[in-house]
Amino acid sequence: MAKNDLQGALDLLILKTLSQLGSMHGYGIVMHIRRVTDELLIVEEGSLYPALHRMEQNGWVRASWAITDYGRKAKWYELTRAGREQLASREKNWAQVVKGVNAVLRFA
Amino acid sequence: MALFRRILSLGRRSRMEREIDAELREHIAMCVDDNIARGMSRDEAERDARRRFGSPAAMRERVSEEDAALGIESLWRDVRGALRVFLRSPGFSLAVVTTLALGIGANTAIFQLLDAVRMRALPIAKPNELVEVRIAGGNPTGLGVSDNEFTDVTVPMWQELKEHHDPLSGIFAWRTSGVQVGSPGQSHEVSGLEVSGDLFRVLGVTPVQGRLIESQDESCQINRVVASYSFWKSQMAGEPITANTTIVAEGKSVQVLGVTPPSFFGMVVGDRFDLAYPTCTSPHARAEAFVYTVMGRLKPGWTLQQASEYFNALSPGLFAKTAPAGYSSEALKTWKAFRLGAYPAGAGVSFLRNQYDSSLEILLVITGLVLLIACANLANLMLARASGKRREVAIRISLGASRGRLLRQILLESAQLAACGAILGAVFAQPLSRALVRSLDTSQNTIHLTIAPDWRVLLFAAIAGIATCVVFGTLPALRSAGADPLASLKSGERGVVGNRERFSVQRTMVIIQIAVSMVLLVGALLFVRSYRNLLTLNPGIRESSITIGYCGFPSANIKPPNLADYKRQLVDAVRAIPGIENAAATTNVPLSGASWSHQVDVGAADGSSKFTYVSPSFFATLGIPLVEGRNFTENDTNDTPLVLIVNQAFVRKYAGARAPLGAQVHVRPEPNYPARTYQIIGVVPDTKYGDLREVPPPQAFVPIAQLPVTAQGPGMAMLIASRDPVATQLAVRHMLGAEHPGMEMQFFDFQQGILDHLAGDRMMARLAGFFGFLASLLVVVGLYGVLSYFLVQRRNEIGIRMALGASRSRVIGDMLRSACMMLVMGLAAGTVLALLAGREASALLFGLKSWDPATVGGAAALLTVVTLVASLFPALRAANVNPVDSLRAE
Repeated sequence: MAKNDLQGALDLLILKTLSQLGSMHGYGIVMHIRRVTDELLIVEEGSLYPALHRMEQNGWVRASWAITDYGRKAKWYELTRAGREQLASREKNWAQVVKGVNAVLRFA
Repeated sequence: MALFRRILSLGRRSRMEREIDAELREHIAMCVDDNIARGMSRDEAERDARRRFGSPAAMRERVSEEDAALGIESLWRDVRGALRVFLRSPGFSLAVVTTLALGIGANTAIFQLLDAVRMRALPIAKPNELVEVRIAGGNPTGLGVSDNEFTDVTVPMWQELKEHHDPLSGIFAWRTSGVQVGSPGQSHEVSGLEVSGDLFRVLGVTPVQGRLIESQDESCQINRVVASYSFWKSQMAGEPITANTTIVAEGKSVQVLGVTPPSFFGMVVGDRFDLAYPTCTSPHARAEAFVYTVMGRLKPGWTLQQASEYFNALSPGLFAKTAPAGYSSEALKTWKAFRLGAYPAGAGVSFLRNQYDSSLEILLVITGLVLLIACANLANLMLARASGKRREVAIRISLGASRGRLLRQILLESAQLAACGAILGAVFAQPLSRALVRSLDTSQNTIHLTIAPDWRVLLFAAIAGIATCVVFGTLPALRSAGADPLASLKSGERGVVGNRERFSVQRTMVIIQIAVSMVLLVGALLFVRSYRNLLTLNPGIRESSITIGYCGFPSANIKPPNLADYKRQLVDAVRAIPGIENAAATTNVPLSGASWSHQVDVGAADGSSKFTYVSPSFFATLGIPLVEGRNFTENDTNDTPLVLIVNQAFVRKYAGARAPLGAQVHVRPEPNYPARTYQIIGVVPDTKYGDLREVPPPQAFVPIAQLPVTAQGPGMAMLIASRDPVATQLAVRHMLGAEHPGMEMQFFDFQQGILDHLAGDRMMARLAGFFGFLASLLVVVGLYGVLSYFLVQRRNEIGIRMALGASRSRVIGDMLRSACMMLVMGLAAGTVLALLAGREASALLFGLKSWDPATVGGAAALLTVVTLVASLFPALRAANVNPVDSLRAE
């Protein structure tokens, strides 16, 4: 369970970011998570890209090449229908995990 | 869908890798842009971005590993990688592929022969339905007269079977027989197939021209024939068959009805018929002559077992009805006890199969062992290469390459080599098996065998390839992939002492090689010596410069009572030809494989003896001396007392301690051979009778003039001794042709005929000898390679030792000692294996036992020499190691 949840946490972050931003490239996803969490969570590139490609394989995201605001060509990812369903189930699951972990931490 | 898209884009890997690269590059670029925007210098910004990002190459690997479709891609990449490895070292690859191709090729060639001779079904529809009806357990007492080993049914038996064959939807009879083609005087014999009317219909053979023989064609005169495709093409120029197409056969014009398809060679595997002609259902046929092979198709719903039971139940009535007249009551009892059975016949019948089956099996084992030795050599070669690459492998493992991936890559290298070897081997096997078939041809008999790779042969080559790959590829692969990167990097190839454990694997392989070649060498020596024994054997009769002449004179129409006189005149006329030393008539030519026996009673003893009816000059012609008594004279005829000359085996078996001369020999009656009583007048030494291998059986000789009149026929065999057999043939042919027009004559060289019978032994001696030689050569190469490798590995150790004062002789001694250890262990194991394996071969050997000590000793001595030669050079090189050089190389 632990391993799946750690892995699941990264997937959840990426899926949620994409659902919030609509469409984003890898660098944007990293920066978004950093900014939103006040640099509490820093997603490493070494984990991000394999995860993105795995999700693409699973059909949760689809990718296309487009130009960024600053004129760079980048691979943009956006959620598919399966990705949104995946996000919903992951969010629910995460809430359960947090609840469970908190229950253990608060046990007096 | 993405996965789908990826699979579609399979093979465009570079494009996808470029895409990943581009994505990552842009990521870094964006990072740099941001850094600069935050006020860093460009250099600083790039450095920071790269630090945060890590190794782009490693990242790309990890990203592409996520790609499921790329799994197949990477396999393909490994395949290409392995190909590149081989292109980089073409010498190595060429050596491996050639070794494998030769090894697999030799194995496949032998297997292909076995397949063609034994396993392949007749080229007919549903061959597995075909069954043969024959006497269960055969005819061990040799009752009656058999054309050959496949004729098991007499004409009366066939007539019964034709009416009663419930388990079979169709039944037919056939036999092979020579047919004279061409006008008298210029005729030549072709291979004939006598068939009952239903044969082609039951087999489902359809004509390519005209029609085939049908039931209404049956006749006692050959007047309608069907040509085989090859005969039609070669002797009839492939002209279209019409109602008026005729050829001259058996001295008269016969109608050619049609042509069989090219694939149909007849019923005998290894033989090819030229003309098929219908059987004769004459009611006057000899009831004791086994002339036909009877086959049929099983009806659906009948098993072989049920069919056998049916024919078994049919037998008592059938054999009572078909019993020939003229036998003694004992013989008739044997006859009536015969029982028929049904046997699978989908693969036809074959003389080759009966003769060479076990030889081919042994050859397959021999070639298999040679391949094993070759594989051991290759494994050593691969091991040496693998350890050469140990640093490379270690680096790749520490950089994160998975062991599975490495293992796959190394195995792929071996698999590619094995695949190339197997394919080339299968190709190479084709001419090789044809050459093998040619080597079994004899002066009288050409083997016609369809040699073509069928699925069994291809499967065999594939399995051989996979097996070799496993043998020579797995060990090196496991070893390199299992390498401990730290240890390898630390010592690399620079270790002071080599890795003990790896050496022992290679040592074990050399020991196995020596053991296996010991088996092969023993086999080679056994077969060569056995063949030599056969060649140098003294059969007790003169072999050289003897011409065998077969004369037929049915057209002279001589009455049976006058035949004896006519034959005597023929022999006298031949003896009178200048240049001819001697000539004799006989009813049976020794060492031709033919045989004639009678049941005899001598005093209280009874049993069988070979009987040959010969002219008085027979013993002088073949150089057989008389041990005691007198020879026949021209005065010994049917009008004088019946006399017999017997050999010593006959005396031992029937006369016991009594003096043989004057003893009475009673011969039991047989059709055409009435009961008779002979008196022994002479004794000759034992001479070989049927073939060289068998112990001379009891033999009796009767003057040919005393042949029962009922047994006389218009033909005889002559043995002619002369200095110049070629001139003799011409002279005899000329003389007989002039004085006896219409006489059919065939001449053979006696000695050549005997050699022809040894074709199988010759093949075994040559091939076993060749493979034994090859095996020892492979051992030399393997041993030399391993010792040289040891030397390279231990170069530093030897250098240090020499620097510390070890003498050259000490170093040489060390190297030789390790070789001798391997030799002794290999020889010990090999001797045990050879003794075990020899039992299988003993049936094929002549004149020596499979555990012949001289042979085993000879093989061991040969291998010892070979081992010493192979190890001497690396040992001398070791002694020449310059300590300074080898240490400086550190």
